[in-house]
Amino acid sequence: MPDGADTIEAPPVKLHEFQAKQLLHDAGIPIPKGGVAYSPEEAAAVATSLGGTVVVKAQVHVGGRGKAGGIKAARNAHEAREHAASLLGRELKGLRVEKVLVEQAANIARELYLGVTLDRARRRPVVMLSTVGGIDIEEVAVSSPEKIARGWPDPLLGLQPFEARGLAFGAGVPVEQREAVVDVLRRLYGIFTAKDCTLAEINPLFVVADGTVLAGDAKIDVDDNALYRQPVLAAMKEVSAIDLNEEKAREIGFSYVRLDGNVGIIGNGAGLVMATLDAVKLAGGDAANFLDVGGGAKEEVVKAALEIVLSDDRVRSVLINIFGGITRGDEVAKGILDVLAEMKPAVPLVVRLSGTRATEGRALLEGKPLTSRATMDEAAAEAVRLAKAAPAVAARRSA
Amino acid sequence: MSVLVTERSRVIVQGVGREGRFHAAQMRKYGTKVVAGVKPGAGGTSIDDLPIYNTVHGAVEATDANASIIFVPAAAAADAILEALDQELELVVAITEWIPVHDMLRVASVLARTSTTLVGPNCPGVISPGKGKVGILPIDSFSSGSVGFVSRSGTLTYEIADLLSREGFGQSTCIGIGGDPIIGLPMPKAVQLLNEDPDTRALVIVGEIGGTDEEDTAAYLRAFGTKPAVAFIAGLSAPPGKRMGHAGAIVTGGQGTAASKVEAFRTAGIPVATRPSEIPQLLREQLS
Repeated sequence: MPDGADTIEAPPVKLHEFQAKQLLHDAGIPIPKGGVAYSPEEAAAVATSLGGTVVVKAQVHVGGRGKAGGIKAARNAHEAREHAASLLGRELKGLRVEKVLVEQAANIARELYLGVTLDRARRRPVVMLSTVGGIDIEEVAVSSPEKIARGWPDPLLGLQPFEARGLAFGAGVPVEQREAVVDVLRRLYGIFTAKDCTLAEINPLFVVADGTVLAGDAKIDVDDNALYRQPVLAAMKEVSAIDLNEEKAREIGFSYVRLDGNVGIIGNGAGLVMATLDAVKLAGGDAANFLDVGGGAKEEVVKAALEIVLSDDRVRSVLINIFGGITRGDEVAKGILDVLAEMKPAVPLVVRLSGTRATEGRALLEGKPLTSRATMDEAAAEAVRLAKAAPAVAARRSA
Repeated sequence: MSVLVTERSRVIVQGVGREGRFHAAQMRKYGTKVVAGVKPGAGGTSIDDLPIYNTVHGAVEATDANASIIFVPAAAAADAILEALDQELELVVAITEWIPVHDMLRVASVLARTSTTLVGPNCPGVISPGKGKVGILPIDSFSSGSVGFVSRSGTLTYEIADLLSREGFGQSTCIGIGGDPIIGLPMPKAVQLLNEDPDTRALVIVGEIGGTDEEDTAAYLRAFGTKPAVAFIAGLSAPPGKRMGHAGAIVTGGQGTAASKVEAFRTAGIPVATRPSEIPQLLREQLS
């Protein structure tokens, strides 16, 4: 089994660089002097107070900001103002820049990579250290994995000094920085556990010309299952307009993910919904979303799910795939009927009920303005056919 | 004898709220010996004829229980699992979902020092049709037979068990291992249990995107597999970077893709169904 890149988990709650750096600072890790600016004027003011060359960095949740033009050096306050003006309000990889971080530029001698994340297969945290910092570490992990030193501390003990030292030796950290790097690594591990992170990364860690170290950039992702005990971090969660439905769904208690197609999907159970998306794909269509209503779906849950899916203008047909285990097919059917009576959706619904009391459920749906199918495959094929047949303008919700 | 759940199983229920009570009754109806409930502060009382104890220690001492099923809410679930591990139970099934991953890292570290088998969290549990269940799986989908079934999903497990049962493929044991990134019984180990089980003649393995459990399972079977097997992977059409409901189901950094898992099973000589409905036919071909 390959190590490294495969263990990097997705970001449930992403922090901005300035927020991540604040956590580093609080934990005693040196960061460049700087401040956040929401306008060109504020950026100029921060640059003036810092003096000398500064870096203006867009604060958006995308990777590869530098390559996308989101990071610019400014020799003075005037240039900082101009760079901030060009960045603020602009879209970077589809996300609008609403704030920039203005930081003192560092005199960089070299760059290191430090990271802590989960290793699922080993069921431990994995700590990574490399002297090849500043570039795409996932590429390094694939092309020259030997350049990344890795350790798997026992979560009950935390990263011990000997382990951190071993990583520093393993990565070939120069003797002048060894102590400082070991210190930063242990503090970073401390953040990883104390703040319920799924990822805590400093990339790059600058080695400044005078030999000291400084966190050049930082990425911190927080486990959303742990937000209840991380109120400060929970408040940092930002929801973009495109994710509003995902957030709304989460509040109701089911999971929704927006996708690129036009067949709306509702199902119970993550695995079953994934299999339903696949069935739609195999039938020649594309799902507009993933929506798992979870177990024991009752009338109001089905209704809330339908509302979210139907509020998506791209949706041309909706496929409801329920396998009744604990959930009863007749109860789900009643929920769907209530929704039909109340909402009168303008796009066709295809319903597949199976499992517990599915026969009774299907009987209830007979003669109603929807299509009922016995199997997942048949239902997916029908939903795709209807989506393709639907005129583009038909997908409007009749309130 | 079956795997994990046997006629010897004596089960306690940790967390006797609405869900815990409902499923305790369901398990008893299925013939499983549910011997006690644990609810701190309610010791000495009884709920639905089930004696309640304050601690797992008290329940085990009084009833000789050797298994536990956990319904305790996420914030206290890791503590409940640790309490069960502390009593060295043979089997612990954690149904609870949304447990913080750092809690599970600590649990996994303790688990490695015990002989307990932890199934889950975020799982439907284990059923040996006709013998018993420690879980929430709906019994109507299952029938007794000789197919060993391991799955990361919940309802998809029921769906596929239903398909198998309809086609005459009863099951020896079905293990729903759970959809979280850190689980007690990873897929390769669950498959190993069934591969070594004399009551199991064939294997059905249902995986999904994310992690490398399926690849590791394929590698295990390539080396040690002794029985015909069929696999299915959910999430073939999932785009990278999107988390599909299960915290574990996500494709990142080119890893954990459905394609890589399908390839791993095929390399091990295990056919992979394109859709669940193909599984019975593939199994028939493997067995002939």
